[in-house]
Amino acid sequence: MIPQIPKFPLAHIIDVTLDWLTGNFSFITKAFSHGLSAVIDALVSGLLYLPPWLIILAVAALAWRMAGRRVAIFSLLGLLFLWNLRLWEPTVQTVTLVLISTLISVSIGLPLGIGAALSKRVSRVVMPVLDFMQTMPAFVYLIPAIPFFGLGAVSASVATVIFSMPPAIRLTALGIRQVPDDLIEAADAFGSSSRQKLFKVQLPMAVPTIMAGVNQTIMLSLSMVVIAAMIGAGGLGGEVWKAIQRLEPGKGFESGIAIVILAMILDRITQRIGRRSSTSAEIN
Amino acid sequence: MSKIKIENLTKIFGLRPEQALRMLDQGASNADIREKTKHAVGVADVSFEVKEGELLVVMGLSGSGKSTLIRCLNRLNEPTRGHIFVDGEDITGYDRDQLLKFRQRKISMVFQHFALFPHRTIVENAAYGLEIQGVAAEERQRRAVESLELVGLKGWENASPGQLSGGMQQRVGLARALAVDPDILLMDEAFSALDPLIRRDMQHELISMQERMKKTIVFITHDLDEALQIGDRIVLMKDGRVVQIGSPEDILNNPANAYVERFVENVDMSRVLTARSVMTRARVVAFPQDGPRTVLHKMKEENFASILVVKRDYTLLGAISLEKAAEAAKAGAQTIEGLIEEAPSVSPDEPLMNIINVMAGWRYITPVVDENTKVLGVVTRTALLSALAERTGNEAAPSSDQPQEPEA
Repeated sequence: MIPQIPKFPLAHIIDVTLDWLTGNFSFITKAFSHGLSAVIDALVSGLLYLPPWLIILAVAALAWRMAGRRVAIFSLLGLLFLWNLRLWEPTVQTVTLVLISTLISVSIGLPLGIGAALSKRVSRVVMPVLDFMQTMPAFVYLIPAIPFFGLGAVSASVATVIFSMPPAIRLTALGIRQVPDDLIEAADAFGSSSRQKLFKVQLPMAVPTIMAGVNQTIMLSLSMVVIAAMIGAGGLGGEVWKAIQRLEPGKGFESGIAIVILAMILDRITQRIGRRSSTSAEIN
Repeated sequence: MSKIKIENLTKIFGLRPEQALRMLDQGASNADIREKTKHAVGVADVSFEVKEGELLVVMGLSGSGKSTLIRCLNRLNEPTRGHIFVDGEDITGYDRDQLLKFRQRKISMVFQHFALFPHRTIVENAAYGLEIQGVAAEERQRRAVESLELVGLKGWENASPGQLSGGMQQRVGLARALAVDPDILLMDEAFSALDPLIRRDMQHELISMQERMKKTIVFITHDLDEALQIGDRIVLMKDGRVVQIGSPEDILNNPANAYVERFVENVDMSRVLTARSVMTRARVVAFPQDGPRTVLHKMKEENFASILVVKRDYTLLGAISLEKAAEAAKAGAQTIEGLIEEAPSVSPDEPLMNIINVMAGWRYITPVVDENTKVLGVVTRTALLSALAERTGNEAAPSSDQPQEPEA
């Protein structure tokens, strides 16, 4: 007989830790949750207050400026179709969550990426954490998010931030490390301080790569926001979720196609930002 | 006065250079040191001085330590041991702030592959150093534009580096370095990436700019022709050590050892030697008030086919050929006015290469004149050919399809 080795209580350890964290710190996270949820609600109701055709025209105009005529026409038709499907409200909710999550991801990810590029020590800590964040199945984040932030949009956006931040960090670090050595040497030779070197040479030259990271962050946010419907994030994901529960394949596909259209519009518009900046960036 | 003084400078690459330094002091070779300690010797115990306003060329093959050396001068490479004095101050003792100030104001650098910032326009590139110094936008714009004008890039201010050819990009590199008006200019293989014609132009322009600016320039190259062309003095390096220091003439005429000699053997003498080194004194000349018979007499006495006509102060007027003088004498003319032909002249710094071209279109002796067209001497065909033959061992004697004239 092989003696049975007792199971390592990993789940128990994590649960106890999380319980302790929620018990002691959830008042902070709950306060944060109230604040963020107020912001999200305000944004959603603000966007819903405006007539849909106005927003659609504004997006089409933005697409024209950023990505040209074809993308503009596609955006115009796509959004009109979503409106027609009576999916305007969930679309606005989803886009709001994506934008807020992306904003948070980038504002945390950019400094971390810069830190990882400039300091080996930071990089050695951050990179394995990123691997963990990216390979962990996305649903798992949803579970602990609830005790900290409660059901709803805030938990969804926190889980989304965790899930979508890695490319922003990684590509920022990559973009900075990719700046050719001779340009760094030239910056040094003229007596640039580390700060001047960062803002006048490294960051401006990394802009296209950083924007590629932002684009990926947006796309990951969108996919996560849809999944987060399971914890009550609402939006287009919520429509899909309802269709699953009621076994209505038609409704499910309607919302699914709406998500695809939205993804394409977001992708095409943000993809071009980096390329535009790389030819016309003038950062002082 | 010496602008830069380098004392026993040593650079070892690696984290623990102590053992490598000890081995170096015991006279170990670079290969032994690398094998024993895994440390590479960049520069080993180098000492020399650069004078104020001098264009000093550091020359050596790749791996000779010349790039390491030049980077020690602005501490892009930290010296492992030794001192560098600039204007009497030891820059190896500078702290971070002093070092940044030093790099911003006193010393700037031009790079082999230009190293222009692709996200900035040409004028923004040229203004980079000024921007780092914190010069106000308006003034740095003005100074950057001035600097671009100096290198012949007026009108390109708003282009981006990618739109320019290699030669033009390097002009921007030069303008960027000059815009901060540094005392010292470091040029790291600055012309090596350019094609030969552009390269020659840049060398000429650098020399003529240097005439006006009188910067202290340390120029790195692996090309001896270039070193001889532009250097006031040359430092020859091998394996991180200085092999010889001297003027181009010194290095050519007295190579310090077999290594230098091998270098010198491959030099194209017609590019290196100048009119000054082959000219002879113009002992017999004609003056405008001479009669044809006097002139004829002077020529016959010296066995000349032609003679230079000069004013009393030796300002060049032209030349008269033997045939013309003989005809005029026969016709009984009283003066030589009207017989004087215009003669091409060269400056004493003209490479022999160019004099050969001049001589191809002129049958007689070629006068060497200073900037006031005063005759300093003459170059004869025989002198030219024998100078080239002597230095190149006969093999590279230039072919001339002109019939050989009797020489002055």
